[in-house]
Amino acid sequence: MATLIPPPSKKQRKEAQNVRDVDIIPDNLPNVLIKFQASDTGDSVGGSIRVPGGITEKQLEDLLNNLRGETEEPVPYTFALLNTDGDKTSQVEIRDNLYTSVLKPGLKTTEDFMTLVYTPRAVFKVRPVTRSNAAIAGHGSTILCASFAPNDSGRVCTGAGDSTARIWDCDTSTPFRTLSGHSNWVLCVSYSPCGTMIATGSMDNTVRLWDAESGKPIGGSLTGHSKWITSITWEPLHLVKEGDKPRLASSSKDGTIKVWDSSTRNCIYTMSGHTNSVSCVKWSGSNIIYSVSHDKTIRVWDMKAGGKCMQVLKSHSHWVNHLSISTEYVLRRGGFDYNSTRSTAKKSSPEELRKNALAQYEKVAKVGGSINERIVTASDDFTMFLWEPLKSNKPICRMTGHQKLVNFVSFSPDGRYIVSCAFDNSAKIWDGLRGTFIGTFRGHVAPVYQCAWSADSRLLVTCSKDTTLKVWDVRTRKLSVDLPGHSDEVYAVDWSLDGKRVASGGKDKMLRLWSR
Amino acid sequence: MPQNEYIEQHIKKHGRRLDHEERKRKREAREGHRVAKDAQNLKGWRAKQFAKKRYSEKASMKKKIKAHQESKVKGDPTPKEDNGEALPTYLLDRDVNNSAKAISSSIKQKRLEKADKFSVPLPKVKGISEEEMFKVIKTGKSKSKSWKRMITKHTFVGEGFTRRPVKMERIIRPSALRQKKANVTHPELGVTVFLPILGVKKNPQSPMYTQLGVLTKGTIIEVNVSELGLVTAGGKVVWGKYAQVTNEPDRDGCVNAVLLV
Repeated sequence: MATLIPPPSKKQRKEAQNVRDVDIIPDNLPNVLIKFQASDTGDSVGGSIRVPGGITEKQLEDLLNNLRGETEEPVPYTFALLNTDGDKTSQVEIRDNLYTSVLKPGLKTTEDFMTLVYTPRAVFKVRPVTRSNAAIAGHGSTILCASFAPNDSGRVCTGAGDSTARIWDCDTSTPFRTLSGHSNWVLCVSYSPCGTMIATGSMDNTVRLWDAESGKPIGGSLTGHSKWITSITWEPLHLVKEGDKPRLASSSKDGTIKVWDSSTRNCIYTMSGHTNSVSCVKWSGSNIIYSVSHDKTIRVWDMKAGGKCMQVLKSHSHWVNHLSISTEYVLRRGGFDYNSTRSTAKKSSPEELRKNALAQYEKVAKVGGSINERIVTASDDFTMFLWEPLKSNKPICRMTGHQKLVNFVSFSPDGRYIVSCAFDNSAKIWDGLRGTFIGTFRGHVAPVYQCAWSADSRLLVTCSKDTTLKVWDVRTRKLSVDLPGHSDEVYAVDWSLDGKRVASGGKDKMLRLWSR
Repeated sequence: MPQNEYIEQHIKKHGRRLDHEERKRKREAREGHRVAKDAQNLKGWRAKQFAKKRYSEKASMKKKIKAHQESKVKGDPTPKEDNGEALPTYLLDRDVNNSAKAISSSIKQKRLEKADKFSVPLPKVKGISEEEMFKVIKTGKSKSKSWKRMITKHTFVGEGFTRRPVKMERIIRPSALRQKKANVTHPELGVTVFLPILGVKKNPQSPMYTQLGVLTKGTIIEVNVSELGLVTAGGKVVWGKYAQVTNEPDRDGCVNAVLLV
């Protein structure tokens, strides 16, 4: 008897019989009154305007650009309806046109006055990666971490179980430098925001610094931790003093965080307070270090006051695994932007970079006219919390929905979305301001380990235990491209900062580069 | 206390002689002298034995000293031997459950060893006669015709199966003996899962039984393993896999099978 594919279930058959919605805008739709309002400052543009009820997003964009007098260089925008329901306000995103997203679901009638909140999108567009253009062998063991250089999509650094980190030349798909010196697995690598240094943290309890260009070690190892290094973070470039190099902070399994001076290579501060392994540490743009730990707490350390613990945030009921700051992408990028390359990066002076970094940081961090820094923490209790630690020690929102532990969270580069990767084979996307649930990305058949955003916040790529990478479209919340190719679990993934490439590595020891 | 341990028994009862500790210390202190004397004076076989023992002692001591010195040396130690067990930080403190992993890698391994591709856990089965398999059903007004048969074994009929009109139906597969699911054991992991049957691949008794979907001992069935979450090298979900029936379903009333990996 040949294999029979099971026939569609009753539910599926019923669904197929249902009348499909057809997106046709009726001809006799009356005009509606709208008002534009900026999402960041709250200013309104152009007063109330009468527009056709079936106005498309593109037309709204043109209208707004005209009103703002930006006809030469039009800025792409997204629009959302400000929906006031009693005393609760929410935003309903407008996709395609006003009729299908607002009028048809009955949120508003054509009689109502509508406030449309607009948010500028990235002016450049990253196209999804579709193929693996190189699988480079070199590492002798599992690749554990990967990171692209902030100034250049041609350089990616990976750390592996063979006690080395390697820098790869992505333009020629060849190994570029081998950073050997550690005596055990290299667990984390991180480029400095100025792009000149690489820090690696290892299982041998040390941190090492390397020159990003020559691959030479900068001095010996930074010793002090008594257990392995779990994560490394650099001081944001705009906080670095004139003529200094950025400092770095490392967290360890031993429950401490150490801040190192990268020029004198001394430990400046040791921050202890966590009673269990510190799982992640991040240095924010307002000179604060956030750390999360397996002792269920989140600690906020003020670096202006010499590493004093400002707050201890307690809400999680199990290990806290990961943390993301709403501005971390722009901090990682330093003063560089999407079209900087190796050659242009060398020309810009440190002062210039610092100025750019500050401008870029403020652009992302400002909401409603003031700096607003949110963090999101992921935990083993299957939930996440959204915090604004500078304002309150109570969370803004508890984000529930995952059915297994949440391993990784990440704010989108513009801070408007949060994506969470969990061991329940799904990734979920949440609103970055309020923490409300937006959608689920289903498709992986094994735990999702990590994800990386494209620089324009329109796409993201997830890596999973099921050996594949998947590219997701944030707007449609659908799978954009499936990228099989690895022959074993994929542990690390990163999207270059200009959006051209994706690098991934895992248990099959191969670094794969993906591009269009 | 065993009977022959009379010395220990005596010590327990009466204690040691008073100068025991001192004698022991003195004997140990003179140990070097004794060894030196033996090294010079022993002859023949005993000398050989002695030299061998002395040599191994010295070698192990040297090794120990060297290891001790190396541990105190400052500077870059040699990298640790890599055993392919490296894990990223987020998996370090977790006891990673590798069951699905083990299955998929064992599948890969098996594919490489093409030689035993057709080996199954139950290579031979006892034949079943037609009399045992089929029960004759008499039909006709005076029950004189006997062309109808009823299968006495458990069967798998596909989803959406409709019986033929009674007049035409030569072989009846009783609905009480139909099976939809099987208890499938993974031989290496030793886990048993209740999985839906997709089809009967081969009944070793006869091709006709294969066609009829008869489940007897040794039958190869295809089961739906999608809930185990196995993946192929290409990243596709493994959906159907073969399993062999290990029991006689008509005796037990259930189908037990072992997965062919």
